[in-house]
Amino acid sequence: MTTDNSGDVRLSGISKTYGSFTAVHPLELTVPQGSFFALLGASGCGKTTTLRMIAGLEEPSSGTVHLGDQEVTHLPPYKRPVNTVFQSYALFPHLDIFENVAFGLRRRGIKSVKKQVEEMLELVQLGEQARKKPHQLSGGQQQRVAVARALINTPKVLLLDEPLGALDLKLRRQMQLELKRIQTEVGITFIHVTHDQEEAMTMADTVAVMNAGRVEQLGSPTDLYENPQTTFVANFLGTSNLIEAEVDSKSGEDIVLRAGGGKLVLPESRCGAPTTTGGKVLVGVRPEKISLTHADDAGEIAENRNRITGKIADSSFIGVSTQYVIDSPVCPEFEVYAQNIDRDPRLVPGAEVVLHWNPAHTFGLDAAQDIDAGVAEVEEEAA
Amino acid sequence: MPVVNWLKRHLVVIAGLVTLAYLLLPNVIVTVFSFNKPKGRFNYQWQQFSTDAWKDPCGVADMCGSLSISLQIALWATLGATVLGTMIAFALVRYRFRARGTVNSLIFLPMAMPEVVMAASLLTLFLNLGAQLGFWTILIAHIMFCLSFVVVAVKARVMSMDPRLEQAAQDLYAGPAQTFLRVTLPIAAPGIAAGALLSFALSFDDFIITNFNAGSTVTFPMFVWGSAQRGTPVQINVIGTAMFLVAVLLVLTSMVISNRRNRQKA
Repeated sequence: MTTDNSGDVRLSGISKTYGSFTAVHPLELTVPQGSFFALLGASGCGKTTTLRMIAGLEEPSSGTVHLGDQEVTHLPPYKRPVNTVFQSYALFPHLDIFENVAFGLRRRGIKSVKKQVEEMLELVQLGEQARKKPHQLSGGQQQRVAVARALINTPKVLLLDEPLGALDLKLRRQMQLELKRIQTEVGITFIHVTHDQEEAMTMADTVAVMNAGRVEQLGSPTDLYENPQTTFVANFLGTSNLIEAEVDSKSGEDIVLRAGGGKLVLPESRCGAPTTTGGKVLVGVRPEKISLTHADDAGEIAENRNRITGKIADSSFIGVSTQYVIDSPVCPEFEVYAQNIDRDPRLVPGAEVVLHWNPAHTFGLDAAQDIDAGVAEVEEEAA
Repeated sequence: MPVVNWLKRHLVVIAGLVTLAYLLLPNVIVTVFSFNKPKGRFNYQWQQFSTDAWKDPCGVADMCGSLSISLQIALWATLGATVLGTMIAFALVRYRFRARGTVNSLIFLPMAMPEVVMAASLLTLFLNLGAQLGFWTILIAHIMFCLSFVVVAVKARVMSMDPRLEQAAQDLYAGPAQTFLRVTLPIAAPGIAAGALLSFALSFDDFIITNFNAGSTVTFPMFVWGSAQRGTPVQINVIGTAMFLVAVLLVLTSMVISNRRNRQKA
């Protein structure tokens, strides 16, 4: 990390309202120079509006935007050292690829652009296509032109608005790696807006999960996945099993909880909610952390593990893993992903089983929230 | 039945050729008769081949003067209607203002109204205003009826334009003027050009509205109509043929240019 902070993006108290609708609630956000930052959320969560306020395409209703030490809140977009890769690229249809890429340089009065443009087209592997029009290129190629057109201006910050949304799955994977490579190579701050949690997690160093105009949680992908602070984050990033439980007692570093008839242990450091004896918390655990044992072998399970009993309702074989849905008294649809290493032939729908996991993988959330937040949004996006 | 089969197989080509012949026949007649040497004043019967009229196209009194007036009016009307119509089209697509819906439908009125009615009411207006009928009244009338065609052509183009293109231009350091000149205008250009061409054609050969509002000014269509009462000089055919050739040449040139451009790209 360099000490140069001219590529820092600092948003303070920034908000956007349209009439009575608040798209973005007052927001504090700092994106450090050189990082790959993702704004993740379902459509309509305010992530694109936030991006457009950084670009200058949207005037914030309150608050300020700083790039490094410079305040740019009221600067028009053409005076900001920021460039955008637009959703569906917005390439100029009347100009060829070369002129599209040269556009920014020419507008700043740079005369000899040939060398720079050719180098940039090489970087995105489009040297051969310089004299074609945008509509003669494939989606992936157009996407790379859009990146080249923005990057050639060596902006302080590159903004990417769902840049991979129009590509098919395989190409998207390829471009994710490509973008990550380019970012490492040029070292410019990237702010990436996406609704695809996998995309955000693979590419970004830091992810901000947005919901209804607010940042729900900010952190590294691992941190967000392992320690979600809200039910929205727990459900939006991957899948979580959430159980309503009651605080029974505290013993040392751990909280002992009562759920259904059994007891569960939750490390106090992994609980984001206040806990008082008799109070309620939501206990969460990721499906891949759970082991499945047939009820007949329940005696072999180590003593210190959290355990829940249930019945297999459904199982689907995915290849690398098998996904089970377990019907349990504490949670109607408990999901378990088991690696296909040694498959127990008795684990078929209808079998009585014990679910058990290391208490360290348990997380605790405030029970005063919607337990299904973030679930519906994911389905909506897939539809 | 080999004949029937042959007909079936070539039906599309035959229909195309017949239609083409139907469209082009009048032009062919006009061209052929521009090389006629008529006996008497009317050029309606083929007599013998001659290039006299082509050698002296302005040999008929007042004809070239009226042609020049028509060309001037057509050029100015095209310019006026294109500039105004383009601005109206942008305003209607881009901005929300109070009478937007009304303006949107009123703009179609000149296209829908019978020309004679419009001509008569314009004349009433000009007379009541005490305006001197002539070049300017014709020009004003022409700009008016050309406007709606320009608006329709440009509006279609602007509506289909992605607003993100202009945002992208701004994002890439183009100020408002640069954005308009480098992105908006070039993308809207085909619509503007179509509107302008249509305006020129409409203005150049308009007779009814012009005739009502011309005063003592005589445009080319008025001259042709007037001379048709007394006799039709061969030069009329010469001018007609020349206009036709110029139009065909323009189309061919633009086709050659765009073909060459495409070939370079590929």
